[in-house]
Amino acid sequence: MKKGLLLLMAMLVLLPSMMFAGGDKETAAPGDGKFKVAFIYIGLPGDLGWTYEQDQGRKMIEDQLGDKVETTYVENVPEGPDAARIIRQYAQKGYNMIFATSFGYMDPMVEVAAEFPDVYFEHCSGYKTSDNLATYFGRMYQARYLSGIVAGKAIGQGEAVGYVAAFPIPEVVRGINAFTIGLRKVNPTATVKVVWTNTWYDPVKEREAAVALLDSGVKLITQHQDTTEPQKAAQERGLVSIGYDSDMGSFVGDSVLVSPKWHWGSYFVKTVQDAMDGTWVSHSYWGGLKEGVVELSPFSSRVPQDVQDMVMAEKDNIVAGSWDVFWGTVKDQDGKVVVADGAKMADGDMLGMNFFVEGVAGNLGQ
Amino acid sequence: MIALITSILAITLRAGTSLIYATIGEIYTERSGILNLGLEGMMLMGAVSAFATVYYTGSLGLALIVSMLTGIVLSSLHAFLSITMRANQVVSGLSITLFGTGLASFLGQRLGPASNGHYLIGLIGEKFTPFAIPGLSKIPVIGAVFSQDILTYIVYLIIPVAWFYMYKTKNGLNLRAVGESPQTADAMGINVYRTRYIYTIVGGTLVALGGAHLSLSYAPGWTDNITGGRGWIVIALVIFSMWNPSRAIWGALLFGGINAIQFRLQATGTTISAPFLNMLPYIVTIVVLVLMTWFETLNKKVGAPAALAVPYMRGEK
Repeated sequence: MKKGLLLLMAMLVLLPSMMFAGGDKETAAPGDGKFKVAFIYIGLPGDLGWTYEQDQGRKMIEDQLGDKVETTYVENVPEGPDAARIIRQYAQKGYNMIFATSFGYMDPMVEVAAEFPDVYFEHCSGYKTSDNLATYFGRMYQARYLSGIVAGKAIGQGEAVGYVAAFPIPEVVRGINAFTIGLRKVNPTATVKVVWTNTWYDPVKEREAAVALLDSGVKLITQHQDTTEPQKAAQERGLVSIGYDSDMGSFVGDSVLVSPKWHWGSYFVKTVQDAMDGTWVSHSYWGGLKEGVVELSPFSSRVPQDVQDMVMAEKDNIVAGSWDVFWGTVKDQDGKVVVADGAKMADGDMLGMNFFVEGVAGNLGQ
Repeated sequence: MIALITSILAITLRAGTSLIYATIGEIYTERSGILNLGLEGMMLMGAVSAFATVYYTGSLGLALIVSMLTGIVLSSLHAFLSITMRANQVVSGLSITLFGTGLASFLGQRLGPASNGHYLIGLIGEKFTPFAIPGLSKIPVIGAVFSQDILTYIVYLIIPVAWFYMYKTKNGLNLRAVGESPQTADAMGINVYRTRYIYTIVGGTLVALGGAHLSLSYAPGWTDNITGGRGWIVIALVIFSMWNPSRAIWGALLFGGINAIQFRLQATGTTISAPFLNMLPYIVTIVVLVLMTWFETLNKKVGAPAALAVPYMRGEK
């Protein structure tokens, strides 16, 4: 008995070393002429959401630039001071370019970028740049708007949609507003109920929030979170949902009508190529449907063809630049005009958005 | 209004179930004098092993057994390190959490079928579904208690049994004696090492079941970090229940109910600060701790086992 137990322990202790030996992706030694790119992830590529899509982008760099580059990533890096240590490690190891994929890495990134002027830094969703630190993000609101149209056609007139949302910050608020504008374009009396979870990633909480919304009588669920739990909760009630981040329909099923999703690959490949060619200059990239950084996933078979056609026509308008989501008239929750008819909301105002549009039944003071 | 209260109670019990399993498990472990901070890792391992089993075999019963075995293996490791090797229990527990979290995440990316890129994430398997007990489930409000899944019904039995065993049986008395004063217990002829081994492993088994409830019933499927820190909440719940299994239910309901209530209030449009509500259970825990520090007598009566986290060596004073 005792011997067996000891054997078991020994196996348990040996197991991880065997596994991690296989999981080590840093195979090449520095200085072999390859352009080396490191990615700092907030979660795991297996979240099927945010980090998954960043990782798809990383894979595209490898696919398209082939032998000239080498990429690696580190997962589950907490935001805050500890991130600086990890980013610095990669800079010291001779990595030429470092992508940090979450807002909270901003200050650590600024700190390390100043120490390594020869390394290129790319930070997702932040607002601080320097000579060797650029930012990148996408106009997700455009794709959210399109998904709102799909939602508006999928529910009855005047019914409610549930929106599981992470934090009341401009990025999330912008998405809720864009979705609502799309929803009410085809369903003028529909409303959006918002529940804040105060977390990006907590499968159980995200599900609880969705269930609370479903209990309150909403007919469709959409979300700004990092997992597919809200989609699953809706599916269990026999209801449809709109995904986010990645093509959630491919993980959950055809109850996910469509997902506004990220597509970082083309931007990543271009900026890495620029850095390799020496033509890279610092920038604040905010691409949209036109640039292909945000897009709609393929539609579920449950979306009727005429709705698909209508959404595609709207998309063409936005891509052509003849219309955008926050062009007047935009009214806030109390019916007050925020953007007058014919006016266009400036990027700066969009980036700092802190009001709900008409049709949202939720509270920003949470 | 009645319907709202009923639905809140129903979801609170479901949310609290995994917490109750883990809390009772940890109470038994701590009562024997062993502090196990490996809960988070053990719950995650319990969850991933249960889901992988149910995905491949379709058997929920087998999934529970595999999950319990996982709990037994991990808690044996902790028991071996902290009882036989007399290692620092905090360090041993934390390393089990780190190990368990990493291994669970790793397995979640390797155990799946090739068609899903070997990911367990995103798969759908069998799950425990709530079923109503005829008659009883029709009573307003209380009906919520009788429309749960089997794991929650089991918890209703475990609470009184755990209390009875601890306070009304000789074995329970021995367990408490070992946690309070292992020297005295040893002198009385109780095998301290064996007692600690048994209850550390029993506790670990229950903790793993708490994890299994998440992946088999509450949020069916596997997602990385499915526990979302519930293992740490349990540590607070043990203090909150003052090491008494019968009180575990109140803490678990409080923690489990907070989200159910605040999400429903939000969905109905009521303004109440979510961070404030999230804070409440922790504040109560701190108050309990402060009270016990202030009142020596209270501490003696309901406080932590005196020998908690103190390694025991026979013949040493």
